[in-house]
Order: sequence, then C-alpha cells, then structure tokens
Amino acid sequence: MKKLFATLCFVLGISSACLSQTEIDGIMMEKNGLCIGPMFGYSSWKNYWEGTLKRENLNLGTVSTQMYNVMGNYGITGKLNVLFGLPYVKTKASAGQLNGQEGVQDLSLWIKWKAFSKKIASGRLSYILIGGYSLPVSDYTADFLPMSIGLESKNLSLRGMLDYQRGSWFGTISGTYVRRSNIELDRDAYYTTEMHYTNEVKMPDVASFNIRAGYRDKGLIAEAVFDHWNTLGGFDITRNNMPFPSNEMDLSRIGFNFKYDMPFHPQLSLTGNVMTTIAGRNVGQATGFNAGIFYVIDFTKKKKTDSDDSKK
Amino acid sequence: MIQKNNTMKKIFIPIILFASLINSCSKDIIERNLEFPALQPASTDINAGIWKPILLTGPTEFPVSAPIAVTTPDYIAQINEIKTWQADLTKDEKAIVKYWSAGAVLRWNEILRELVAKHNLPPYQNPDGTYPIPNANNPLAYPQFPFANPPYASRAYAYVAAAQYDALVAAWHYKKLYNRPAPYVTDATVNALIPKSDLPSYPSEDATVAGVVGEMMKLLFPGDQDFVQQKVEEHKKARLISGANVRSDLEAGEALGKLVAQKFITRARGDRAGAAVGNQTIWTQMEQDAINRGEVPWISQESPKRPGMLVLFGRVKTWLFDSLTMVTTIRPVPPPSTSSQKFKDELEEVYHFSTSLTPEQRQIAHFWADGLSTPTPPGHWNAIAAEDFVRQNFSEVRWSRNMALLNMSLMDAAVACWDAKYFYFNPRPSQMDPRIKTVTGLPNFPSYTSGHSTFSGAAATILGHIIPSRATDYTNMAKEASLSRMYGAIHYRSDCEKGLECGNKIGEYAKTRARTDGAE
Repeated sequence: MKKLFATLCFVLGISSACLSQTEIDGIMMEKNGLCIGPMFGYSSWKNYWEGTLKRENLNLGTVSTQMYNVMGNYGITGKLNVLFGLPYVKTKASAGQLNGQEGVQDLSLWIKWKAFSKKIASGRLSYILIGGYSLPVSDYTADFLPMSIGLESKNLSLRGMLDYQRGSWFGTISGTYVRRSNIELDRDAYYTTEMHYTNEVKMPDVASFNIRAGYRDKGLIAEAVFDHWNTLGGFDITRNNMPFPSNEMDLSRIGFNFKYDMPFHPQLSLTGNVMTTIAGRNVGQATGFNAGIFYVIDFTKKKKTDSDDSKK
Repeated sequence: MIQKNNTMKKIFIPIILFASLINSCSKDIIERNLEFPALQPASTDINAGIWKPILLTGPTEFPVSAPIAVTTPDYIAQINEIKTWQADLTKDEKAIVKYWSAGAVLRWNEILRELVAKHNLPPYQNPDGTYPIPNANNPLAYPQFPFANPPYASRAYAYVAAAQYDALVAAWHYKKLYNRPAPYVTDATVNALIPKSDLPSYPSEDATVAGVVGEMMKLLFPGDQDFVQQKVEEHKKARLISGANVRSDLEAGEALGKLVAQKFITRARGDRAGAAVGNQTIWTQMEQDAINRGEVPWISQESPKRPGMLVLFGRVKTWLFDSLTMVTTIRPVPPPSTSSQKFKDELEEVYHFSTSLTPEQRQIAHFWADGLSTPTPPGHWNAIAAEDFVRQNFSEVRWSRNMALLNMSLMDAAVACWDAKYFYFNPRPSQMDPRIKTVTGLPNFPSYTSGHSTFSGAAATILGHIIPSRATDYTNMAKEASLSRMYGAIHYRSDCEKGLECGNKIGEYAKTRARTDGAE
C-alpha cells in the first residue's frame, strides 16, 4: 500500500502546493487500487524570518493555517500511479486587523513511475520518478501575504527518488525541481528591489530535497523526515515590509510521519504527521500537524494478486 | 563511493535535465514603461518661455550665458566628441539612448516613484514600544530617511514637478533667445539616434530636468544620492551620444536646473513639513479636543500604538490656495457624529463589506491599495497620468507643466485631507466595531476624510482638464479608488464621498491656474 503526503509546507502561513502535496514516499499503489481520503492539517507560526532576521509581528500575532484536503492515489499498474490532491485552505491572524482568507487552493496531479527495482545486498533498491503539475482552481490572490492561501503559480515538477528497504527498515532520498509560472497581481505595478510596471511577477523556480527513514512493514509505517525547500532567486523582505510572492522563501523542516492500517479492516488506514521548521528565510517558523483517514478501493474484478513491486 | 556517486547521479540527472529543458522557455516579462516610444512632440512649444512660472519671478531670474558660436573650434571639438562616441556604441549605450528618448520628465517621474516605493515603509518600534523617527541628517541609519508615506510622497512629487516646470520655462526662454540648433543640424554627419526636432538645443531641456530633479531628489532622498547622481550622468550621456546635445548644451541646462532647484529647496525648508511629525503634547491635545466635542477619538490600532502619521501635515504650505482658504472653503463639513444613527448605519455598511466582498470588489480593493512599498496613491495617479501623457506627444515643457498641475493638486489634497483628519480625529471602522477585519492594510491615522478619495478627486479633475477625452474615465477611476477603501473595510461612506468632493474642489483651483498660465 502506500502512504500519502507529508502535507506541510508553510510559506508564511500558506501551504504551498508543490511541497505539500507531492507524492514523496517510496511506496506504490498496486494495480487498480484507489487509495483516497480526507486529511486535516493545522499549522501556525508566531515568529518568521524577515530576510534572515527572525522576528515576531505584534500586528499579526500568531498566523494559523487550516487545511482540509482530499487526496487520492490510483494504481494504473503496480509501477505506474497517478495521484491528486485538492485542499481548502483557511488563514487567520490572532492579532491586528487583517482579514483571514479562505478558499479552494490548488489542484495537484502527479504521475509516479517506478523506473526500476532490484535486490541489492538482501534489500531492495527502487528508483522512482514523479512528475507533478498544480494549478489554482479559485481566484484567490497571492498578493496579500501572509494571509493569502497560496502563491497562485502553476507548477511543473519532477522528482527523482531512491528508496532502499531491508527487512522492515527503509531509507528514501529524493530531489525535486519545481518550475513555477509567472503570476498576475490585481495591481499593475509593484516594487521588489526596483519598480516593475506590469501586473506579472516572475516567480523564481524551486529546488528541494527530502530524506526519510524508519520502519515500514505490513500495517505500519513510522518514519522521520527532513525536508528542505530552496527558492532559486527572489528577494528578501525589506525591514518591516510585508512579504511578497516572489520573495526568496527557503525552509528546512523536520518531522515524523506514521501510517497505521486498521487490523480489523486493513483497507482502512490512519495517517498523521507532525512537522516543525528549523531554519528559514522569508517564511514563518511554522509547526503543525496533519491527520487523515484513507480507504483503499480495489477495482480489480477478481481478488487481488500479490505483486512483487507493490508493497502492502 | 562509486556506488554512492551513481546513486546521486540517478536521482539528480533527470532533475537537472528537466530543469535545463524547462528553463529554455522564457519567463521574461515586458514591462509597459520600457515599451514607450521615443518622444516626438507635436509642437515644440517654442514660446513656453512666457508661461507663468510657479516660484520664479520670471524666466530670466537665473541667467544663462550666450552659447559659443557653432563655428568656434571649441564647438567643433564638442561635435567631434559626439562623433567619436557614435563611431563605436555598445549595446548598453544604445539601450540608454532608447530608454531616455521616451522623455526626461517621464523618466525622472518614474525614478521618483521608485524612490518613494523603496522608502514607503514605516519604522519598526524601539524596544520600549516607542517609534524612532527617520533623521534627514543621518538618512542611511535605521530607520532610513525618509518614510515616504502618502503625504511625504505627495510633497516630493509636487516639489520635483513644480521645480522642473519653472526650470523648463526658463530653459525655453533661453532656447528661443539663443536659438542654437541641435548638433545634427549644425553638422549633418552627426547621427540623430533620437527623433529630430526644430527645438533649439541650448540649453538642453534634458540636462535642465536632470539638474533640477537631481538636486530636488538629493534633498528629498538624501540617502540615495549615489543612485540619483548615476542616473543624472547616464541621462546626460544618453543625450550626448544620441546626437541630441553637445556638451555645452548639457552643462548650461544642468547648471540652470540646479539654480532653480535652490529656490524650491529654500521654499521646502520653510514649508512646515519638517515639523509635521508633531510631539506627544500635540497628539494628546488632538485626542482631548475630540473627547471635548463629545466624539470618540481616533486611537491607533497598531501594536505598539503608533503616533498618527504626520499629524501637522495639514499645516504645510499649499500651492494653489492659501491656508485661510483651506480652512474656510476647502475643509470638509464635520463627519457624522460617532453617536449618531447615520454613523452607526455607515459602520454597519463597512462591516457588511468586510464579510461579503465579491471577487471584483476584492480586486478593486487590491488594485487601489497603494500601501506599503508602493509609490502611494499620488504615485499611482502619476503613473496613470504618465502613461496617458506618453500618447499625447507633449513637449518636455508641456509634460512638466501638466505634471506640476497634477502634483500641486495632489499635495494640496494631502494637506487638506490631513487637516481634516486631525481636525476631526474620527475613529476607523475597525476601532468602533472589532468584528471588522480589513482586506488592505489599515492606515495609522484618523478616518475622515479618505486620502485616496481626496487624492483621486483632485487628480481626476485636473487630468480631465488636461485630456478632456479621458475626463469621464478619470472620474470613474476616482470613484472606484474611493469605493475601494470601503471594500477594504477601512473607511466609511462619508469619508469617501466628502473626500472626493474636497479633492474635486482642489482640482478646480488647478484648472483655474491652468487656464491662465499661458499654456492654453
């Protein structure tokens, strides 16, 4: 079976599509299986990095983000999966006057392909490629940070992943490049480090990598995660300014995930994670959790057969 | 180790290929202002030397000596200087020629908007909860000088525009008087990399603008002198290598511009803006006055509480009318009392907007927000004007005259609006109803009247006079800008309506001046 997403990314309180909903683990859904379910996420930050300066803002207090997400993973074959995610996001500041924002954010789609898998030294090494695309599905505005629910860009991503499992223990390492489209503001001029007379904002691309390791066996996954997100360009928030979508947003987070299949009903599983930000630039120092319930529907006419490539 | 390297390659090679492939599709953006065509005035306005200046006693208040004859060896050397440049122009040099050819007044207005946006950030509080005040004598220390908030910005735009206009009126006087043709006329082998003109080139109008605006900017943005000086040099170079001016055209123009600037700098030092921050005694007194009138006084909703922005800006010297007229004729009627039913109704209306904006209303609120790190509402109207003026083929002197009319109106609007704000000291909607949250930053000063509305009323009125075919559009834009503040949930309807009216009134004073300044 599979475990879905490390669903936390806090870019000053918004959850950014690429990082948060990318299929990021080394497990595949088996053929004709659909794993689908709702997730709830909550994260908040009080401190943030204005450039490299860590500060609080008494006119924001604590900025929190709630996310209601529907996610799914379908196995076309045991080596080829498609995934989707569609979150509803709600932001709120505990102090100051700014109105929280809410709405459906970005639809994300991925294709996940297990390019090869072979036994090495009594373990199994798999190489997986994941291509993703996400786009906003409501007309929220990115230009109201930190209350915006998203950054509005359309994102094309490619992740390469190596997964090694030996017995019940595993490690996964992956790297991603995210191509972000330009976005359009509701205003026709803006200042970054200079004046721009256009409504269009060039969004720098992003590189990220992710390491996870832990226990993975029938019915239970428990793993520690390190995640790093690096915006390839952009500029720092100037002193006492508000953030801007094309800021250089970098962050490093650590967290813990689990997935547990119900023994009495193994199609049903619970997932959860906690994550916290350990370093950042132009982002909130967010901590949060996700919890979800997933159900596997098998569309195979006859009872499923065990496939070598599909871990359950 | 080999194993590990292979592993890393497997992960990253497809990613790197993907990144490089996808980077071949460009994200480059074409910005509107870099598409502006070279300025080709419909008329040289050769008689503009008789137009009415703003501060100068007349166009000859500052002398410009007669140019050397075009037959002298010195002049021929200056022509040869152009030819030497033109023999080998780099790509960058061609780019600056193109950039500056769109117009001197236009480009310096853009540079000013950029400086305003850069400096439009409120200082961060001190550890004890007070706020530091930017210091013009130490502009690079935090908080950097200036905090280019809307009143400060309006004053910057006005001084630059007014000084520039007076300098160009004087320049036009001497152009006609000395009548020295452009280098490409005196020597046919000089290329004109800009549109040719019959306008005499001595003194250079471009260098006059660079001289006067450069000096004004050093006063207004003292921490950015290097940046400004670099632009001055680039501008002069562009005109030289384009064949528009010889060196002596530029030197005479720049010197004239600098002299005119001194007159405006003297006015600026005495216009009471330096004292506009006020002090604790004044802040407390204003609050007490409102209480004594039986009204709920405005209270800062920032944390920690920040003193109101430039509380005495309402006493700054105006351009188009005197301070008595402002109090007797311009100052709006009192706002609805905070205890009246009308006030409650208007408050409820704002609450309604704060909970139920349509996507279009939200876009309008953001389009006109003009908050932190923007050129402010006066700057927004400068951008609107500039983009329209580009299509009008004005001469530089007419550009400057129209910009002066606009920006004197905008600054007077700021003075009148700030007078009303601190005279009435009316609370913001979110102060009176804590349920109200805003979709744009809450400005830290009293509510009545709306600055956006006052600015927009003034700008729309004078711009409608300058380009009558756009008058209705300007009026509609002003109404939208005004309403955007209700959508943003930071202003009551009375703030917006009375602000617009007050602004319109100020625009009428500018129209009166426009009809009699000799340019129409």
